[in-house]
Amino acid sequence: MELIRLEAWELSVAAALVVALSLLSLPLRLDLTRSLLVSGLRMTIQLLLVGLVLKALFESRHPLVMAAIAAVMLAVAAREVAARQERRLAGTWGYGLGALAMFLSSFTMILVALTIIVRPEPWWTPQYAVPMLGMLLGNTMTGIALALDRLNQGAWEQRPQIEARLLLGCPAAEAIGDLRRRAARAGMLPTINTMAAAGVVSLPGMMTGQILAGSPPVEAVKYQILILFLIVAGVGVGTLVAVWLGARRLFDERERLRLDRLRQG
Amino acid sequence: MILTGPSGSGKTLLLRALADLDPHDGVVRLDGVAADAVKPAHWRRSVGLLPADSAWWADRVGDHLVDPDPEALASLGFERDVLDWSVSRLSSGERQRLALLRLLANRPRVLLLDEPTANLDAASAAHAEALIRRYRDSCSAAVLWVSHDPAQAERVGDRRLQIVDGHLAERSTWS
Repeated sequence: MELIRLEAWELSVAAALVVALSLLSLPLRLDLTRSLLVSGLRMTIQLLLVGLVLKALFESRHPLVMAAIAAVMLAVAAREVAARQERRLAGTWGYGLGALAMFLSSFTMILVALTIIVRPEPWWTPQYAVPMLGMLLGNTMTGIALALDRLNQGAWEQRPQIEARLLLGCPAAEAIGDLRRRAARAGMLPTINTMAAAGVVSLPGMMTGQILAGSPPVEAVKYQILILFLIVAGVGVGTLVAVWLGARRLFDERERLRLDRLRQG
Repeated sequence: MILTGPSGSGKTLLLRALADLDPHDGVVRLDGVAADAVKPAHWRRSVGLLPADSAWWADRVGDHLVDPDPEALASLGFERDVLDWSVSRLSSGERQRLALLRLLANRPRVLLLDEPTANLDAASAAHAEALIRRYRDSCSAAVLWVSHDPAQAERVGDRRLQIVDGHLAERSTWS
Protein backbone atom coordinates (compact mmCIF):
# COMPACT_ATOMS: atom_id res chain seq x y z
CA MET A 1 0.00 0.00 0.00
CA GLU A 2 1.22 3.49 -0.75
CA LEU A 3 0.25 6.91 0.60
CA ILE A 4 -2.01 8.86 -1.81
CA ARG A 5 -0.62 12.39 -1.88
CA LEU A 6 -3.08 15.26 -1.55
CA GLU A 7 -2.93 18.24 -3.91
CA ALA A 8 -3.86 21.79 -2.99
CA TRP A 9 -7.07 21.73 -5.04
CA GLU A 10 -8.15 18.53 -3.31
CA LEU A 11 -7.77 20.17 0.10
CA SER A 12 -9.68 23.20 -1.13
CA VAL A 13 -12.68 20.96 -1.87
CA ALA A 14 -12.73 20.09 1.84
CA ALA A 15 -12.19 23.74 2.75
CA ALA A 16 -15.15 24.71 0.55
CA LEU A 17 -17.36 22.52 2.75
CA VAL A 18 -16.41 24.61 5.80
CA VAL A 19 -16.97 27.84 3.85
CA ALA A 20 -20.40 26.54 2.83
CA LEU A 21 -21.20 25.76 6.47
CA SER A 22 -20.15 29.26 7.52
CA LEU A 23 -22.43 30.75 4.84
CA LEU A 24 -25.27 28.53 6.00
CA SER A 25 -24.86 29.87 9.54
CA LEU A 26 -25.64 33.41 8.25
CA PRO A 27 -29.38 32.99 7.56
CA LEU A 28 -29.67 30.75 10.62
CA ARG A 29 -28.10 33.57 12.67
CA LEU A 30 -25.84 31.16 14.54
CA ASP A 31 -23.23 33.91 14.76
CA LEU A 32 -20.52 31.39 13.89
CA THR A 33 -19.48 32.57 10.42
CA ARG A 34 -16.50 34.55 11.59
CA SER A 35 -15.18 32.04 14.09
CA LEU A 36 -15.57 29.19 11.58
CA LEU A 37 -13.55 31.04 8.93
CA VAL A 38 -10.92 32.36 11.33
CA SER A 39 -10.45 29.00 13.06
CA GLY A 40 -10.23 27.21 9.72
CA LEU A 41 -7.62 29.63 8.49
CA ARG A 42 -5.64 29.44 11.74
CA MET A 43 -5.65 25.65 11.68
CA THR A 44 -4.40 25.59 8.09
CA ILE A 45 -1.57 28.06 8.71
CA GLN A 46 -0.51 26.49 12.03
CA LEU A 47 -0.40 22.97 10.63
CA LEU A 48 1.43 24.05 7.46
CA LEU A 49 4.04 25.76 9.64
CA VAL A 50 4.38 22.68 11.83
CA GLY A 51 4.77 20.62 8.66
CA LEU A 52 7.59 22.89 7.52
CA VAL A 53 9.30 22.77 10.93
CA LEU A 54 9.08 19.00 11.05
CA LYS A 55 10.38 18.75 7.50
CA ALA A 56 13.41 20.87 8.40
CA LEU A 57 13.88 18.90 11.62
CA PHE A 58 13.77 15.52 9.89
CA GLU A 59 16.31 16.73 7.36
CA SER A 60 18.70 18.29 9.88
CA ARG A 61 19.00 15.12 11.97
CA HIS A 62 20.82 16.95 14.74
CA PRO A 63 20.22 16.05 18.42
CA LEU A 64 20.43 19.70 19.52
CA VAL A 65 17.65 20.69 17.14
CA MET A 66 15.56 17.84 18.49
CA ALA A 67 16.29 18.97 22.07
CA ALA A 68 15.30 22.54 21.20
CA ILE A 69 11.99 21.36 19.74
CA ALA A 70 11.31 19.27 22.85
CA ALA A 71 12.05 22.28 25.08
CA VAL A 72 9.66 24.49 23.10
CA MET A 73 6.93 21.82 23.29
CA LEU A 74 7.41 21.57 27.06
CA ALA A 75 7.33 25.35 27.53
CA VAL A 76 4.11 25.72 25.53
CA ALA A 77 2.48 22.84 27.41
CA ALA A 78 3.51 24.34 30.78
CA ARG A 79 1.99 27.68 29.81
CA GLU A 80 -1.23 25.88 28.87
CA VAL A 81 -1.32 24.03 32.22
CA ALA A 82 -1.03 27.36 34.05
CA ALA A 83 -3.72 28.99 31.89
CA ARG A 84 -6.22 26.17 32.43
CA GLN A 85 -6.36 26.58 36.22
CA GLU A 86 -8.96 28.89 37.67
CA ARG A 87 -6.58 29.53 40.57
CA ARG A 88 -2.93 28.71 40.30
CA LEU A 89 0.14 29.11 42.48
CA ALA A 90 1.60 32.59 42.27
CA GLY A 91 4.98 33.40 40.77
CA THR A 92 7.29 30.87 39.16
CA TRP A 93 5.51 28.03 40.97
CA GLY A 94 2.37 28.45 38.86
CA TYR A 95 4.31 27.81 35.70
CA GLY A 96 7.20 25.78 37.05
CA LEU A 97 5.15 23.14 38.84
CA GLY A 98 3.39 22.05 35.65
CA ALA A 99 6.65 22.17 33.71
CA LEU A 100 8.47 20.06 36.29
CA ALA A 101 5.67 17.49 36.55
CA MET A 102 5.42 17.17 32.76
CA PHE A 103 9.19 16.97 32.39
CA LEU A 104 9.50 14.21 34.98
CA SER A 105 6.63 12.21 33.51
CA SER A 106 6.63 12.72 29.74
CA PHE A 107 10.38 12.75 29.33
CA THR A 108 10.81 9.62 31.46
CA MET A 109 8.21 7.81 29.39
CA ILE A 110 9.69 8.93 26.07
CA LEU A 111 13.14 7.78 27.20
CA VAL A 112 11.77 4.38 28.16
CA ALA A 113 9.90 4.14 24.85
CA LEU A 114 12.80 5.18 22.64
CA THR A 115 15.73 3.47 24.36
CA ILE A 116 14.12 0.26 25.60
CA ILE A 117 11.03 -0.43 23.50
CA VAL A 118 11.10 1.07 19.98
CA ARG A 119 14.91 1.58 19.78
CA PRO A 120 15.20 3.65 16.57
CA GLU A 121 18.72 4.45 15.38
CA PRO A 122 19.71 6.98 16.77
CA TRP A 123 17.32 6.80 19.69
CA TRP A 124 16.21 10.45 19.33
CA THR A 125 15.18 10.03 15.67
CA PRO A 126 12.66 12.89 15.25
CA GLN A 127 10.22 10.77 13.22
CA TYR A 128 9.57 8.76 16.39
CA ALA A 129 10.46 11.24 19.13
CA VAL A 130 8.36 14.22 18.01
CA PRO A 131 4.95 12.57 17.53
CA MET A 132 5.30 10.39 20.63
CA LEU A 133 6.45 13.28 22.81
CA GLY A 134 3.61 15.38 21.40
CA MET A 135 1.01 12.81 22.39
CA LEU A 136 2.58 12.31 25.82
CA LEU A 137 2.81 16.02 26.55
CA GLY A 138 -0.69 16.70 25.25
CA ASN A 139 -2.22 14.11 27.55
CA THR A 140 -0.12 14.80 30.65
CA MET A 141 -0.88 18.49 30.14
CA THR A 142 -4.62 17.84 30.30
CA GLY A 143 -4.32 15.52 33.29
CA ILE A 144 -2.05 17.81 35.30
CA ALA A 145 -4.17 20.88 34.54
CA LEU A 146 -7.34 19.06 35.65
CA ALA A 147 -5.72 17.80 38.83
CA LEU A 148 -4.14 21.11 39.84
CA ASP A 149 -7.35 22.98 39.07
CA ARG A 150 -9.26 20.59 41.33
CA LEU A 151 -6.62 20.83 44.06
CA ASN A 152 -6.33 24.63 44.14
CA GLN A 153 -10.02 25.32 43.69
CA GLY A 154 -10.82 22.69 46.31
CA ALA A 155 -8.40 24.21 48.81
CA TRP A 156 -9.96 27.60 48.18
CA GLU A 157 -13.50 26.35 48.74
CA GLN A 158 -12.75 23.96 51.58
CA ARG A 159 -10.57 26.25 53.62
CA PRO A 160 -12.79 25.95 56.75
CA GLN A 161 -12.70 22.14 56.60
CA ILE A 162 -8.95 21.99 56.04
CA GLU A 163 -8.25 24.49 58.81
CA ALA A 164 -10.65 22.69 61.16
CA ARG A 165 -8.49 19.59 60.82
CA LEU A 166 -5.30 21.58 61.29
CA LEU A 167 -6.79 23.11 64.43
CA LEU A 168 -7.55 19.67 65.81
CA GLY A 169 -3.90 18.76 65.46
CA CYS A 170 -3.85 16.95 62.10
CA PRO A 171 -0.64 17.24 60.09
CA ALA A 172 -1.08 19.22 56.87
CA ALA A 173 -0.75 16.11 54.69
CA GLU A 174 -3.70 14.55 56.49
CA ALA A 175 -5.77 17.74 56.49
CA ILE A 176 -5.56 17.95 52.69
CA GLY A 177 -5.44 14.17 52.13
CA ASP A 178 -9.00 13.77 50.84
CA LEU A 179 -8.63 16.66 48.47
CA ARG A 180 -5.28 15.39 47.24
CA ARG A 181 -6.76 12.01 46.43
CA ARG A 182 -9.74 13.56 44.63
CA ALA A 183 -7.44 15.82 42.60
CA ALA A 184 -5.21 12.90 41.59
CA ARG A 185 -8.26 10.88 40.52
CA ALA A 186 -9.67 13.81 38.54
CA GLY A 187 -6.39 14.07 36.65
CA MET A 188 -6.08 10.38 35.85
CA LEU A 189 -9.64 9.19 35.22
CA PRO A 190 -10.17 10.69 31.72
CA THR A 191 -7.10 8.86 30.36
CA ILE A 192 -8.08 5.61 32.06
CA ASN A 193 -11.53 5.93 30.48
CA THR A 194 -9.96 6.63 27.09
CA MET A 195 -7.95 3.43 27.45
CA ALA A 196 -11.07 1.45 28.31
CA ALA A 197 -13.03 2.81 25.35
CA ALA A 198 -10.22 2.60 22.79
CA GLY A 199 -11.23 0.75 19.65
CA VAL A 200 -14.81 0.23 20.79
CA VAL A 201 -16.19 3.74 21.00
CA SER A 202 -13.60 5.48 18.88
CA LEU A 203 -10.62 4.57 16.75
CA PRO A 204 -7.59 6.32 18.26
CA GLY A 205 -6.12 9.05 16.04
CA MET A 206 -2.57 7.75 15.77
CA MET A 207 -3.69 4.31 14.71
CA THR A 208 -6.10 5.77 12.14
CA GLY A 209 -3.29 7.92 10.77
CA GLN A 210 -0.89 5.03 10.44
CA ILE A 211 -3.50 2.94 8.66
CA LEU A 212 -4.20 5.80 6.24
CA ALA A 213 -0.47 6.09 5.64
CA GLY A 214 -0.38 2.46 4.60
CA SER A 215 0.74 0.59 7.72
CA PRO A 216 -0.67 -2.90 8.24
CA PRO A 217 -3.53 -2.55 10.76
CA VAL A 218 -1.99 -4.93 13.27
CA GLU A 219 1.27 -2.94 13.32
CA ALA A 220 -0.70 0.29 13.77
CA VAL A 221 -2.61 -1.32 16.63
CA LYS A 222 0.63 -2.32 18.37
CA TYR A 223 1.90 1.24 18.26
CA GLN A 224 -1.43 2.47 19.58
CA ILE A 225 -1.26 0.04 22.49
CA LEU A 226 2.28 1.16 23.23
CA ILE A 227 1.40 4.84 23.22
CA LEU A 228 -1.72 4.36 25.35
CA PHE A 229 0.29 2.52 28.01
CA LEU A 230 2.90 5.27 27.95
CA ILE A 231 0.22 7.98 28.14
CA VAL A 232 -1.55 6.41 31.11
CA ALA A 233 1.72 5.89 32.96
CA GLY A 234 2.90 9.40 32.07
CA VAL A 235 -0.37 11.04 33.12
CA GLY A 236 -0.28 9.06 36.36
CA VAL A 237 3.28 10.04 37.28
CA GLY A 238 2.78 13.65 36.17
CA THR A 239 -0.48 14.04 38.09
CA LEU A 240 0.96 12.55 41.29
CA VAL A 241 4.07 14.74 41.15
CA ALA A 242 2.00 17.87 40.47
CA VAL A 243 -0.62 17.16 43.14
CA TRP A 244 1.88 16.18 45.85
CA LEU A 245 4.20 19.13 45.23
CA GLY A 246 1.25 21.49 44.72
CA ALA A 247 -0.36 20.39 47.98
CA ARG A 248 2.90 20.91 49.85
CA ARG A 249 3.23 24.39 48.44
CA LEU A 250 -0.25 25.24 49.76
CA PHE A 251 1.18 24.96 53.28
CA ASP A 252 4.19 26.68 54.80
CA GLU A 253 6.80 25.27 57.17
CA ARG A 254 4.44 25.82 60.12
CA GLU A 255 1.75 23.81 58.30
CA ARG A 256 -0.52 26.80 57.82
CA LEU A 257 -2.85 26.79 54.80
CA ARG A 258 -1.45 29.57 52.61
CA LEU A 259 -4.20 30.50 50.16
CA ASP A 260 -2.38 33.81 49.65
CA ARG A 261 -0.04 31.80 47.44
CA LEU A 262 -2.85 31.31 44.91
CA ARG A 263 -3.70 33.73 42.11
CA GLN A 264 -6.89 33.98 40.13
CA GLY A 265 -6.15 32.58 36.67
CA MET B 1 -10.11 35.60 80.34
CA ILE B 2 -12.61 37.47 78.23
CA LEU B 3 -11.63 39.25 75.01
CA THR B 4 -13.88 41.95 73.60
CA GLY B 5 -13.63 44.61 70.95
CA PRO B 6 -15.64 46.01 68.05
CA SER B 7 -16.20 43.81 64.99
CA GLY B 8 -13.26 43.95 62.64
CA SER B 9 -10.86 44.91 65.42
CA GLY B 10 -8.85 41.70 65.00
CA LYS B 11 -10.10 39.40 67.75
CA THR B 12 -10.35 36.43 65.39
CA LEU B 13 -6.98 37.26 63.83
CA LEU B 14 -5.42 37.32 67.28
CA LEU B 15 -6.82 33.88 68.09
CA ARG B 16 -5.66 32.53 64.71
CA ALA B 17 -2.16 33.87 65.33
CA LEU B 18 -2.09 32.29 68.79
CA ALA B 19 -3.05 28.94 67.25
CA ASP B 20 -0.31 29.52 64.63
CA LEU B 21 -2.81 29.36 61.80
CA ASP B 22 -1.69 32.57 60.06
CA PRO B 23 1.78 34.02 59.55
CA HIS B 24 2.39 36.61 62.25
CA ASP B 25 5.06 38.75 63.90
CA GLY B 26 6.18 38.14 67.44
CA VAL B 27 6.60 34.99 69.45
CA VAL B 28 3.88 32.99 71.20
CA ARG B 29 5.07 30.97 74.19
CA LEU B 30 3.41 28.29 76.25
CA ASP B 31 5.20 27.67 79.58
CA GLY B 32 8.23 29.44 78.14
CA VAL B 33 8.38 27.25 75.01
CA ALA B 34 7.96 29.17 71.74
CA ALA B 35 5.47 27.87 69.19
CA ASP B 36 8.25 27.55 66.60
CA ALA B 37 10.03 25.06 68.85
CA VAL B 38 7.29 22.43 68.69
CA LYS B 39 5.67 20.68 65.76
CA PRO B 40 2.71 22.67 64.39
CA ALA B 41 0.25 19.81 64.94
CA HIS B 42 1.47 19.38 68.50
CA TRP B 43 1.14 23.11 69.19
CA ARG B 44 -2.44 23.18 67.93
CA ARG B 45 -3.34 20.22 70.11
CA SER B 46 -2.10 22.17 73.13
CA VAL B 47 -3.54 25.51 72.04
CA GLY B 48 -7.03 24.60 70.83
CA LEU B 49 -8.98 27.15 68.79
CA LEU B 50 -12.76 26.85 68.41
CA PRO B 51 -13.74 28.99 65.38
CA ALA B 52 -17.02 30.90 65.36
CA ASP B 53 -18.35 28.60 62.62
CA SER B 54 -17.54 24.93 62.93
CA ALA B 55 -16.46 23.03 59.81
CA TRP B 56 -17.04 19.33 59.09
CA TRP B 57 -15.23 17.27 56.50
CA ALA B 58 -17.05 13.90 56.62
CA ASP B 59 -20.77 13.07 56.41
CA ARG B 60 -21.05 11.16 59.68
CA VAL B 61 -20.74 12.92 63.03
CA GLY B 62 -18.82 9.98 64.49
CA ASP B 63 -16.05 10.32 61.90
CA HIS B 64 -15.09 13.62 63.51
CA LEU B 65 -15.08 12.47 67.13
CA VAL B 66 -12.67 9.73 68.02
CA ASP B 67 -13.92 7.84 71.05
CA PRO B 68 -15.97 10.68 72.60
CA ASP B 69 -16.68 10.81 76.31
CA PRO B 70 -20.35 9.72 76.80
CA GLU B 71 -20.62 11.86 79.91
CA ALA B 72 -19.55 14.98 78.05
CA LEU B 73 -21.97 14.09 75.22
CA ALA B 74 -24.80 13.78 77.71
CA SER B 75 -23.86 17.01 79.47
CA LEU B 76 -24.35 18.85 76.17
CA GLY B 77 -27.72 17.15 75.64
CA PHE B 78 -26.74 14.42 73.15
CA GLU B 79 -27.52 10.71 73.08
CA ARG B 80 -24.81 8.31 71.96
CA ASP B 81 -26.61 7.70 68.65
CA VAL B 82 -25.68 11.24 67.57
CA LEU B 83 -22.47 9.65 66.32
CA ASP B 84 -24.38 7.94 63.51
CA TRP B 85 -26.16 11.10 62.48
CA SER B 86 -25.37 12.91 59.31
CA VAL B 87 -23.71 16.28 59.87
CA SER B 88 -26.25 17.92 57.55
CA ARG B 89 -29.00 16.95 60.03
CA LEU B 90 -27.47 19.02 62.82
CA SER B 91 -28.64 22.52 63.65
CA SER B 92 -25.96 25.18 63.86
CA GLY B 93 -26.25 25.10 67.66
CA GLU B 94 -25.76 21.33 67.74
CA ARG B 95 -22.77 21.65 65.47
CA GLN B 96 -21.18 24.24 67.71
CA ARG B 97 -21.63 22.10 70.82
CA LEU B 98 -20.20 19.02 69.07
CA ALA B 99 -17.31 21.09 67.77
CA LEU B 100 -16.54 22.02 71.36
CA LEU B 101 -16.51 18.35 72.36
CA ARG B 102 -14.33 17.53 69.38
CA LEU B 103 -11.83 20.14 70.51
CA LEU B 104 -11.84 19.16 74.18
CA ALA B 105 -11.05 15.56 73.21
CA ASN B 106 -7.49 16.77 72.46
CA ARG B 107 -7.15 17.90 76.10
CA PRO B 108 -5.79 21.34 75.09
CA ARG B 109 -3.94 23.30 77.78
CA VAL B 110 -5.21 26.58 76.35
CA LEU B 111 -8.68 27.11 74.93
CA LEU B 112 -9.23 29.89 72.38
CA LEU B 113 -12.98 30.32 71.99
CA ASP B 114 -14.34 32.59 69.26
CA GLU B 115 -17.89 33.46 70.36
CA PRO B 116 -18.59 29.85 71.29
CA THR B 117 -22.21 30.39 72.27
CA ALA B 118 -23.28 32.96 69.65
CA ASN B 119 -25.43 30.39 67.81
CA LEU B 120 -26.87 28.72 70.89
CA ASP B 121 -30.17 29.27 72.67
CA ALA B 122 -30.05 30.20 76.36
CA ALA B 123 -30.30 26.61 77.63
CA SER B 124 -27.61 25.24 75.30
CA ALA B 125 -25.39 28.20 76.04
CA ALA B 126 -25.65 27.45 79.75
CA HIS B 127 -24.72 23.78 79.08
CA ALA B 128 -21.72 24.85 77.01
CA GLU B 129 -20.59 27.38 79.63
CA ALA B 130 -20.82 24.72 82.32
CA LEU B 131 -18.82 22.25 80.25
CA ILE B 132 -16.10 24.80 79.54
CA ARG B 133 -15.93 25.77 83.21
CA ARG B 134 -15.70 22.11 84.28
CA TYR B 135 -12.97 21.49 81.73
CA ARG B 136 -11.04 24.56 82.85
CA ASP B 137 -11.21 23.52 86.49
CA SER B 138 -10.42 19.84 85.97
CA CYS B 139 -7.53 20.36 83.55
CA SER B 140 -6.44 23.75 84.92
CA ALA B 141 -6.60 25.05 81.37
CA ALA B 142 -6.33 28.69 80.38
CA VAL B 143 -9.30 30.05 78.44
CA LEU B 144 -9.36 33.06 76.14
CA TRP B 145 -13.01 33.69 75.34
CA VAL B 146 -14.26 36.17 72.74
CA SER B 147 -17.70 37.36 73.76
CA HIS B 148 -20.03 40.20 72.85
CA ASP B 149 -22.46 39.46 75.65
CA PRO B 150 -21.69 41.59 78.76
CA ALA B 151 -23.78 39.33 81.01
CA GLN B 152 -21.85 36.27 79.81
CA ALA B 153 -18.55 38.11 80.19
CA GLU B 154 -19.37 38.83 83.80
CA ARG B 155 -20.54 35.26 84.40
CA VAL B 156 -17.57 33.36 82.97
CA GLY B 157 -14.62 35.75 83.02
CA ASP B 158 -12.09 36.58 85.73
CA ARG B 159 -10.20 39.12 83.68
CA ARG B 160 -11.16 41.18 80.72
CA LEU B 161 -9.07 42.24 77.70
CA GLN B 162 -10.28 44.70 75.13
CA ILE B 163 -8.96 45.59 71.69
CA VAL B 164 -9.25 49.34 71.15
CA ASP B 165 -7.84 51.00 68.04
CA GLY B 166 -5.62 48.02 67.37
CA HIS B 167 -4.22 47.86 70.91
CA LEU B 168 -4.87 45.21 73.48
CA ALA B 169 -5.63 46.57 76.95
CA GLU B 170 -6.81 45.06 80.21
CA ARG B 171 -9.97 46.54 81.71
CA SER B 172 -10.69 46.37 85.35
CA THR B 173 -14.42 46.99 85.14
CA TRP B 174 -17.21 45.27 83.21
CA SER B 175 -19.07 47.70 81.03
